[in-house]
Amino acid sequence: MRFKAELLSAEEMRRALYRIAHEVVEANKGVEGLVLVGIHTRGIPLAERIARYIREFEGVEVPVGVLDITLYRDDLSEIGVRPQVRQTRIPFDLTGKAVVLVDDVLYTGRTARAAMDALMDLGRPRRIYLAVLIDRGHRELPIRADFVGKNVPTARNEVVKVKLTEVDGEDRVELWEKEAA
Amino acid sequence: MRHLLDFAGWTKSEVESLLETAKVMAEVLERPVKKVPALQGFTVATVFFEPSTRTRISFELAARRMSADVVSFAAATSSLQKGESYKDTLLTLEAMGIDAYVIRADAAGVPHQATRWVKGAVINGGDGRRAHPTQALLDAYTLLEALGSLEGKKIAIVGDILHSRVARSNLELLPLLGAEVWAAGPPTLLPQALPGARLTPHLEEALEGADAVMVLRLQRERMEAGLVNLEDYIAHYQVTEERLQKAKPGAPLLHPGPMNRDVELEGTLADSERSLVNRQVHNGVAVRMAVLYHLLVGRER
Repeated sequence: MRFKAELLSAEEMRRALYRIAHEVVEANKGVEGLVLVGIHTRGIPLAERIARYIREFEGVEVPVGVLDITLYRDDLSEIGVRPQVRQTRIPFDLTGKAVVLVDDVLYTGRTARAAMDALMDLGRPRRIYLAVLIDRGHRELPIRADFVGKNVPTARNEVVKVKLTEVDGEDRVELWEKEAA
Repeated sequence: MRHLLDFAGWTKSEVESLLETAKVMAEVLERPVKKVPALQGFTVATVFFEPSTRTRISFELAARRMSADVVSFAAATSSLQKGESYKDTLLTLEAMGIDAYVIRADAAGVPHQATRWVKGAVINGGDGRRAHPTQALLDAYTLLEALGSLEGKKIAIVGDILHSRVARSNLELLPLLGAEVWAAGPPTLLPQALPGARLTPHLEEALEGADAVMVLRLQRERMEAGLVNLEDYIAHYQVTEERLQKAKPGAPLLHPGPMNRDVELEGTLADSERSLVNRQVHNGVAVRMAVLYHLLVGRER
């Protein structure tokens, strides 16, 4: 793969997440009944950071849950390699809550769809929001994000790499291009 | 893995990966909606040439919890009664498009043979005296829940070791996870040697300092065959409160069921806090969901 561009620096990422945190509170008209759910893998630290920012400016601890969508993927019966299933931990009741699903990249929309299916099996939220750091387009389902860190028009042969300190040792978003086969 | 027949060739990390998946499945079973769409479109057949209640129901529930379709074959009500062979039975099911076969048979080796006849995944649901791998997996899972780790732990298996597929599978699996396994029983029900086990006819020796005790069912036909006298067995091998004092304090007690209360173990023990018998049954569904997931997802169809 060939490196093409830096989409977000660490500082830009911080600002984008800070803005998302404010937008979430504004959309929900406060923090009442608000919960965050991070989608494995990088959605989890992103959800934790948004919760931290909300605590900073609202002084309220918003609960954060962890969701693995593997068992809900719509391609499980046809893929060639068995994906590892990871723990889902939602240590609070979702019923009646405003849930913000958090992921790093929104692409085809299939992960978001699977996440919504999973949430519905866990409870009956009052409403579900979707927050993503990067929206790269190419949706295959009628899904859109409510909160977006950065919209990036991409080609299909490009790859968006989100790097987070908690997982990758640094904060940075990069655009790469796949070599022609 | 393509099939689950026994644990020959398995590595510790493969076992751990499967048991990790079982933990996720256990969480699914705690949800208000105890069902995920992971195996939608797959069909699982339980093919029981030998009667069983808990293993069959546990597998069927596991498959349904993963949204697979399930068909059930029971020898007692089938064409086997008309002389159809195991092979023809399986080929008939194969023609109907089955993806996984859970096979229970009184003859050892039937699941192995089945892998030559069908394209689907074969899971050994217990064959003769040879193996019962999902029972061993659920035992290991239950032991890990209770003890945290099996590394260096002493596990005592008590009873009819010679005829027990549960004991054999546990003796393949538990040492892989680092356990030291002792098998105790009457000399007539002990094999000459068994890989993975330290064999003893002295129950106290096996129980001494044990971290957990697994009691096996005493089969009526062994008594009828003269291999053991019931009163002698109870006198020397029944696991009692008093004998359990030799094990570590609070050492958990397992039994694959169904239990003969007051035969292989003191009835009060079966209901005591240290008994994990119901926990084993509970965990069996999650473990079998993990097995089906590992065998079917990503498989060439």
